Amino acid sequence: MLARTAALRLATSASARTTVPRAVFAATQTRSTATTTKTTDAEAYSILVAQRKQRPISPHLTIYQPQLTWYMSSLNRITGVALAASVYLYGIGYVIAPYAGLHLESASLAAGMAALPIAAKIAIKSAIASPFVYHAFNGVRHLTWDTARELSIKGVYRTGYAVIALTTVGAGYLIFGV
Amino acid sequence: MNPAMTTRTLLRSAATTSVGRTPIAARTLASVATSQAAPAAEQKPRIKKFQIYRWNPDTPEKKPYMQEYELDLNGTGPMILDALIRLKNEVDPTLTFRRSCREGICGSCAMNIGGTNTLACLCRIEPDEKPTKIYPLPHTYVVKDLVPDLTQFYKQYKSIKPYLRRKDAPTPGKENLQSIADRKKLDGLYECILCACCSTSCPSYWWNSSEYLGPAVLMQSYRWMADSRDQFKEERKAALDNEMSLYRCHTIMNCARTCPKGLNPGLAIAKVCPAAALRGVK
Repeated sequence: MLARTAALRLATSASARTTVPRAVFAATQTRSTATTTKTTDAEAYSILVAQRKQRPISPHLTIYQPQLTWYMSSLNRITGVALAASVYLYGIGYVIAPYAGLHLESASLAAGMAALPIAAKIAIKSAIASPFVYHAFNGVRHLTWDTARELSIKGVYRTGYAVIALTTVGAGYLIFGV
Repeated sequence: MNPAMTTRTLLRSAATTSVGRTPIAARTLASVATSQAAPAAEQKPRIKKFQIYRWNPDTPEKKPYMQEYELDLNGTGPMILDALIRLKNEVDPTLTFRRSCREGICGSCAMNIGGTNTLACLCRIEPDEKPTKIYPLPHTYVVKDLVPDLTQFYKQYKSIKPYLRRKDAPTPGKENLQSIADRKKLDGLYECILCACCSTSCPSYWWNSSEYLGPAVLMQSYRWMADSRDQFKEERKAALDNEMSLYRCHTIMNCARTCPKGLNPGLAIAKVCPAAALRGVK
């Protein structure tokens, strides 16, 4: 550390010499020098691993600003998983239905739906139609992107709002129009 | 030189340094002059609150927490970095963050401000009532306060061999020439300052940062694929053509949304993907 408080300026001129010590000291900065050691790559890595055990991970999902970009992307993933799970569950259910005494044929499902009150009808139809329409249109959006089109911020937002509008209209039609 | 005088100076500084360090002059530059001189009379204080993520490696058992600071915007520069430097100078010298150029070209002061990743030096202070929240870059190991550990990011950058690779050397005395049109293809790619804002804004990179290369590094990989002078394009594509390195991009586009330099890593990746997947296909 001392080496850094160089006495260099002392040597500058004879006139400076008469006024020196205090003035020089005031102008001198001290900083602690970092100590460094030579390590091999393997040693450096083990040091890093040891440090990471102590270090926290900075917050991410919970603090990132809500944006159309990643909100629509996560919605695409969630609806995809939900739709796939429904198809699998219904498929398996359809296969085991005769043995389990279930009636999952179209006719009995339609009859069951018809017997429900209107609010339940809308709720069930929305729960199935909205994810389906959203996922389908957003899939088209992704296919467009795969051709490197609409891949600017403007394009992402334009197509994003288009998908939301089409989902509203399409799901509305499936819920109330069919 | 007078040897006696030298010794005396050294002794003096030794005595003082053991007590405390001389403040470093450069640190005082951030506050604009009025804060040191007498403030203009009857200037109404404009108090702004900042909530800043704190964690100290010397007390690792103490969980990270948000600390609130108040600063009078009179006498503070316009940018978040000005506020941070002033806080460090005048309020809390233990506040730790990286900074260097203060003009958006070094990439040191990348952090999450108000929920988005950006450079503190390019981000204006919003003069409103709401406290501004400042976190380190998301989903990184924290070294201290706002300082993230970017070792992995730099390693990944190194792994794509980010330099011109040639199979033949140019004629002695000549450079590797390039047409103006070919040079133009590098615009929007070469300006990247590797601040890691985009990579740490990418949810895909959050979950797979050990294997997925992330937007910044992939865009730099494309920068060399797009360079007419580079002769290792096929090798570059082959290096990315595996399950994790490249195809974990799900076109979320947080990268382009957050880039403080206005670049578009998502578009670069969309160009790399077919190039890597279809290499060798005629």
